This record gives sequence, structure tokens and C-alpha cells, in this order.
Amino acid sequence: MSSELIIQYILSGVTSGSVYAIVAIGFNIIYNTTGIINFAQGEFVMLGGMIAISLVPFMPLPMAVALAVVITAAVGALAQIAFIRWLKRPHVLQLIIITIGLSILLREAALHIWDEKVRSLPYFTGTVVTSVRIFGAYVSPQVFWVLGVCGAAVVLLSLFFGRTLIGQAMRACSADPLAATLCGINQKNMVTLSFVISAALGALAGCVVSPITQTHYECGTPLAIKGFTVAIVGGLGNSTGAVAAGLLLGIIEAFSISIMPMAYKDIIAISILLAVLSYRPTGLFVRREVGALKEF
Amino acid sequence: MSREWVPFGALAATVILIQLVTMFTNTQYYLTQLIMAALYSIVVIGLCLLMGYAGQISLGHAGFFAIGGYTAAVGTTLNLLPHRDHVLVRMAERAGLTIQTTNSWGVDILYFSPWITLLAALLLSGVISLLIGIPVLRLRGHYLAMATLGFGAIIYYILLGSRFLGEADGIYDVPGFGLPGGFTFDGARNNRVLSYYFVWALVIGLMVLMHNLVNSRPGRALRAIHGNEPAAMAMGVDTARYKLSLFVLSAVCAALGGVFMAHYNGGMGPTEAGTLKAVRYVAIVAVGGMASLWGTLGASVVLNFLSLRGYFGSLDDAVFGVVLITVMLVAPDGILRRLGMYTLRRNRDTAPDAFPVSAEKQVQRGTA
Repeated sequence: MSSELIIQYILSGVTSGSVYAIVAIGFNIIYNTTGIINFAQGEFVMLGGMIAISLVPFMPLPMAVALAVVITAAVGALAQIAFIRWLKRPHVLQLIIITIGLSILLREAALHIWDEKVRSLPYFTGTVVTSVRIFGAYVSPQVFWVLGVCGAAVVLLSLFFGRTLIGQAMRACSADPLAATLCGINQKNMVTLSFVISAALGALAGCVVSPITQTHYECGTPLAIKGFTVAIVGGLGNSTGAVAAGLLLGIIEAFSISIMPMAYKDIIAISILLAVLSYRPTGLFVRREVGALKEF
Repeated sequence: MSREWVPFGALAATVILIQLVTMFTNTQYYLTQLIMAALYSIVVIGLCLLMGYAGQISLGHAGFFAIGGYTAAVGTTLNLLPHRDHVLVRMAERAGLTIQTTNSWGVDILYFSPWITLLAALLLSGVISLLIGIPVLRLRGHYLAMATLGFGAIIYYILLGSRFLGEADGIYDVPGFGLPGGFTFDGARNNRVLSYYFVWALVIGLMVLMHNLVNSRPGRALRAIHGNEPAAMAMGVDTARYKLSLFVLSAVCAALGGVFMAHYNGGMGPTEAGTLKAVRYVAIVAVGGMASLWGTLGASVVLNFLSLRGYFGSLDDAVFGVVLITVMLVAPDGILRRLGMYTLRRNRDTAPDAFPVSAEKQVQRGTA
């Protein structure tokens, strides 16, 4: 394998990997404040892409993306308020089934609002054929958009959770909901906010990646499975781990194409998921003692 | 005959009554959907035991259904004539395990008897579920749901990506299932009534089996696991083993449904392994009230019948999503209990709560 080809594979792996990382962080945000896994996380990515695609004929691209993010965040908030917020002491099986139902509803809604056609946003800079040459490999400038936006999102989120009062309040809720409530934090609002942030994050990823991977009403589920894989491998709740695991999975997938048929590409991520869940459900980057405190 | 068997007699009577009514009103086409609904019910009854009685969610049962169906379809459409000299084929032929005939294209074919492929399908699904179940059933809640969802997705992608499994087209031209007495179980119109009685006899048999299981020592152990796993363990219940056995049993049930679906439809496609199908099975169990075999059977027949008749139109999948959310929001113990019908059921004391009060341990926390 030539060095140009290797760079090519790595770059394409990093591109899809950063999207997986964003989806995984979306899982983490909700998991951290509520202890539940939102099975509809992949649908937020799909919705973001689809809404931006519909808006782009009427307004400049950055505005369409921003509006798509806002609308998807609103959808996330509405879904949480309608289906989860008012439940009293819901059972975990109940919550799983509700988010699964939500993912189906969003997907079917997308099928009826748009259709089964594959669409995509225009490239943010240049066109399909524009390419930048680095180390002998040719990549689309969109790759840098994806990396830049995902990187910025991760940095901003860590600032938000580390430095702002609301971010710290959300972390308090995840550490101990009862103590947080006693400190005057409105835990219910924090949970709704976590759905808003994670829907917005998913939508943003869905927009930047749309020109490369294209958007389709069914593209949510595979993304959700891969995002969950990344979240698990990186240690559920651990966003730095998610970034590392996301890039790793993206690169493994990119290289897998050279040794096995394209059709089996998606199987790799799931096999990793099953293997890690079976033998090290705390994730690869978390010390065992920390993991031992969690329940699986 | 004790009162315990009255519901089974009532079910058998209903099955016969429906057939007679369709005969006299000349609406026998309804039987087609009732046959398919029965086949899906076989899957759902097994899943009901796993979800309702052992409290383990599985989004992988569409995968087991497809494993069953594809094994039967591949085994009975593979033409063995070119390989007739192979020692295995010769042995199978001598033992009377193959069938030679001329297919609809006028080509002579030799294929494995459906009984052999049925056995192979049940064995294969049993072994796969055992291998998957050992690591995966140690997980709980979300982890188990995602792991089984992942398993189903793997099966789907393998079916979709493999040339010899027909890729997106699936496998077709699957022959009927020859039963003793010269009757064939297939989708042909003149076999419809007998096929109808055959599958429903299968369903009733399975219900009797499951009913006995639930009301036996293993059944009590399973309810104990669902109610409070550590307490069950402390009482000496080998929880891991019970959960695994039930997972395998329900996977074999799913494969059984898949085998007969392949013979009935004359083929099977990869969508049978899709996530939407798996979610549909979970939805039906949820509507039925989780830990209610009869509720699940009722929900399965009604929902599958309506869906197969096309009453939901293009909203077919959306309906199941809405049903799933609505049931979980307003009546998580199942519709029947919410309506007060629960008291009509005999096994009131033995049926566990759909969601026992052990929620405090579900507040899982991570590190921010």
C-alpha cells in the first residue's frame, strides 16, 4: 500500500470517525444527566441534514445550517417533554422502549415529509470535484469542515461543562440528582436541556457530513449503532474517550474496505461493539476500578 | 379436565369458528393473513417469555427469525443433482432425506427434505443464540438492548451482502413443507384451510408448552429473577443459566416461525431481519402486557392481521412506533390490566408485574 493511499484512508477514517464521536458525545450528554441511552440519537443527525437540505434553497447555507440545528434542538426538547419528562420513576425498560419508539416515529415522519430519495447539502466550499492535496493524497475541503466543526464542538462543550454555571449544574445532576435538587438545581430542566444540546449537536454533525455521506431517512440507525459503539469503547459518559474511540473506529473502517467487501463494512463496528460489551463493558480507556462502580 | 385448560379449548374453538365463518361468508382470503399472523405469533410468544418473565429485552429476534427462514430456504432450494456423487449427498439420498422433483421451470431438482432443514434451522439458531447469549446476557438494560440490536443488524448486513443468500432479493422458489398424510404446507390456495389448521395447532401446542413452563419450577425461578435478581440469586436460583436457557428457547421459537414463513411465502428477504421487525415484536409483547402469554397472543394476532391486510397503509411502521410509545406512557403493564381485565385472568397471583419496583438501581451514573 502506497503512503498516499494510507494517508487517504486515514483522512477518510478521521472524517467519519469524528462524526461517530459527535454522535457518541450526544449519547454521553443524555446518559450523564439521566442514566438513559437515547436510541433516537441517530435520527437527530438525519433530521439535521434533512432540514438543512430543505432550507438551503431559501437562504444562505450558514443560516440554513443554523436554523436546522435550532429546529432539531426544538424537536429534541418537545420529544423529551412529551414522552419522558412527566413520567414518575420510569423503569429503565420503559425508557428504552420509549426512545426506540421515538426513533421510529422520527424516521417515519422523515419518510413522509421528504421521501426515500438520497439527498445532500452542497459542499460548504468548492464543489464535488474540488480537492486539496496533502502529503500526496487528495481530499475534499469538506473534510476540514467536518474536522473543524466537530473539533470546535468538542472544545466548546468541554468549556460549557467545565466553566459555566449551567454546565456545572448538569454535571451535578449526573453525580447525584438528589443532592443537586437540594442545592436548588431544577433537575427536570437539566434533563430537557441535555436533550436539546444533544439534538443540536447531532443536527450539526448531520449538516457538515451531509455533502460527503449524503442524507437518507434511514441513515440514523447505523449511525446510532456506531455512535453507541464509540461511546461504549470510549467508556460511557467519557467524552475524551469518545473522541479517541471515534477516530479509531473510523480509521479501522476505512482500512477494512481494502481487505473485505464494502457490504460488510458496517459489520466491523458492530462486532467491536459486541466484543467490547462482552469482555470490557466499561470501555477501553477507563480504569477497571472506576468501571466497577457502574452497573451493566 | 381442570379449569386450567379452558382458555386453550376456547382458543381451539375460536380457530375452528373463524374457519367456518370464513367458509360460509366466502371470505376465505382472511385465512392467509391469519396464517401469517400465527407464524409471527410463534416468535412473539417466545419473546414474551424472555421479556415478560425473565425481564430481558431482545431486539435481535428478527435476526433469529431470518436465520430460521434462510436456513430452510437455502436448504430446500439448493439443487443437489450436480453433486449427486458426493458422499454426503449419496448418504442423505439413501436415508430418504432428499426429495427429487421437477420444478416450475421444468428442471429436475434434488433437494433436502424440509424436515432436515427444519432440524438444521432449529439447531443453528439454538447454537447461535447460545454463543451470543453467553456474553450478552451478562449485560442489562440499555446494554442488552443495544447488543441484541447489533446482533440483528449483523445478520441483516450479512444477508444483504452475501451473493449466495440472494442479497437484496432474498431467496425465492422455496417448496412447500410436506407433512404426513400427503398434505403440503404452503401458500397454495387449495391448501389454505389445512395450512391454517396446521399453524394454529402449532400455536396452541406452543401455548400449552409455555403455559406449563411458566407454571413450573423454572417458571417460578424466572419470575423471581424478574422481580429481584439479587434476591433470586440469594435463594439459590442459577440466574445466568435460566436467562440463557430462555434466550435460546425464544430464539428457537423465532427460527421455527421463520422456517414455516419461508415455506408459506415461498421465500424470504433480508427485511425480515431488519430493525423495524425486531421492534415490532417488542411492541407486540409490550401491548400484550409484557408478562402475559394470552395478552401477547391477542395483540400479535390483531396487530399482525391489521398490518398484513394493509389497514395501516404507508403508516405501517409508524403505527407500531406510536403503539409502542403510547403503551409505555399510559399503560406500561399492558392494555388489558389497565382496563381492569386483569382480574379476569386466572393466574393473577402468578403473573409478575411488568415492571417490578427495583428502579432505584437503574439510576446509572457516569463520570462527567
